[in-house]
Amino acid sequence: MAKKYDLQEVEVLDGNVAMTHALRQAQVDVLPAYPITPSTKIVELFSQFCADGYVDGEFIRVESEHAAMSACVGASAAGARVATATASQGLAFMIEVLYQASGMRLPIVLCLSNRALAAPLNVNGDHSDMYLARDAGWIQLCSFEAQHSYDLALMAFRIGEHVDVRLPVVVNQDGFITSHTAENVHMIPDEKATAFVGELEVVNSLLDNTKPITYGVQTEENWHFEHKARQHNDLLESKSHIKKVFEEFNEKFGREYKIVEQHKVDDADMVIVCIGSTFNTSSLVVDNFREKGIKVGVIAPRVLRPFPYEEFAEALKDTKVVACLDRSSPNGAVGMLYNEISGALINNEKTPIISNYIYGLGGRDVTIELLSSVFNDLTENLKAGKLTHKVQQMLGLRGPKCEYFGEKG
Amino acid sequence: MEKLLGWDEILPGACLFAFGEEIKENVAQTPRDSRKYSDNNSHQAHVSDWRVTKPVFNVDHCINCQFCWVYCPDMSIISKDKKMIEVDYDHCKGCGICAEVCPTPVKSLMMVEEFKSEEETLAAWPEKKKKEAK
Repeated sequence: MAKKYDLQEVEVLDGNVAMTHALRQAQVDVLPAYPITPSTKIVELFSQFCADGYVDGEFIRVESEHAAMSACVGASAAGARVATATASQGLAFMIEVLYQASGMRLPIVLCLSNRALAAPLNVNGDHSDMYLARDAGWIQLCSFEAQHSYDLALMAFRIGEHVDVRLPVVVNQDGFITSHTAENVHMIPDEKATAFVGELEVVNSLLDNTKPITYGVQTEENWHFEHKARQHNDLLESKSHIKKVFEEFNEKFGREYKIVEQHKVDDADMVIVCIGSTFNTSSLVVDNFREKGIKVGVIAPRVLRPFPYEEFAEALKDTKVVACLDRSSPNGAVGMLYNEISGALINNEKTPIISNYIYGLGGRDVTIELLSSVFNDLTENLKAGKLTHKVQQMLGLRGPKCEYFGEKG
Repeated sequence: MEKLLGWDEILPGACLFAFGEEIKENVAQTPRDSRKYSDNNSHQAHVSDWRVTKPVFNVDHCINCQFCWVYCPDMSIISKDKKMIEVDYDHCKGCGICAEVCPTPVKSLMMVEEFKSEEETLAAWPEKKKKEAK
């Protein structure tokens, strides 16, 4: 029996440590991992918890991230509660197995401390790895601060392991900004947290000798489409279950999570759409503009997959100007958020003027000044009733102005 | 003929059960043909269409060492009571491992072109070298 860990009601923790406490409280059975910056601390601390008797589960040292996720798949199919942590190149190396995990409907929890992808090599935070994993069939939750990392990591098990869902879950947190910044984190006592997560309901265990089963069979043109459609359908339907878990968490522990998080969007003329810690910085900027009587807001998906099209369509139905901020190099296209938000709004009665900003790559600082400049652009768009610049711009980039798509003014 | 199911009818996870019902007995002790395989078990499937060369078994040379049975990656060596019986040509892919590991002085398993009949192969089997008289 694992030892109880004495926690203060409020601890000063960074996102990595907060997440690891969630993994410990969920009493993960198997955690195979190959540590990589900025998620290393999760792996290090979990192995420490194992060694010190705070977890009954196993920490497995593997030879690579590909092996880490492969071990997750095997352990999960056997019927264990499974988690791992990675970032950037590590995520890139496990990407093949991410598709295996979701296709086999294995509720693995992956803690992803978001980091840029090489080359050029960079250990700092952006959303390149989050974007890389976005089509892999995993549920993706996004944290804005250490408190969310802890809460979402706990809830991830409840969400993914539900028998109607049975899908793996990524919990994203911004590399260094969230993963390494110590903040006040309200902790749930061990017994309550463990009770909330509950026991894993084992489905079709590989180790059940009375019902031998094959996972991930070969399906060609007469079967593959049906399997993929089933997976897509169940991923979309998981949204209602995610909502239920968020509601139950709020009832039990008094912290509210929504499918999309909003700050002063209701009456806003101009809204920034972003992901992660930028939501918090943008909220400060929104408050500054509101003091000047300018009606602005910020909105962010808490759940990136399944993408909340309906929630965005409803929240932004009266908004006049929208800027979608993508923290990942789009490499020859508009950013993902611009695509998704445009798609979400295109069938509304009114569609706003929508622009796209690429920002913060490789950990480039996201300042109040930069975000204010976005709202200044949006104000110009609002006055003109149309885009006053090209669709896509780079925010905080040196050199000549870099802008693409559509005619100027 | 397999029944093609709709997307809402399939088992999530691309999972297939080997047997149609819960197994209570020791399957290994149950004769192959009496096992209650599920309809979609590959036991019923022919998965050897692309074989180019096939192993032919010659019982006259076999010492029942079971090497071929152990090494076959597709469980296509049919063996009963530790006696080699035959090759399962519905599942054998023709990899040749059985013939490679066969230890008898003249092989008991030989790889031949798919189109050659068993009879003509056996008729042309190499002779055992007779010990020379001293």
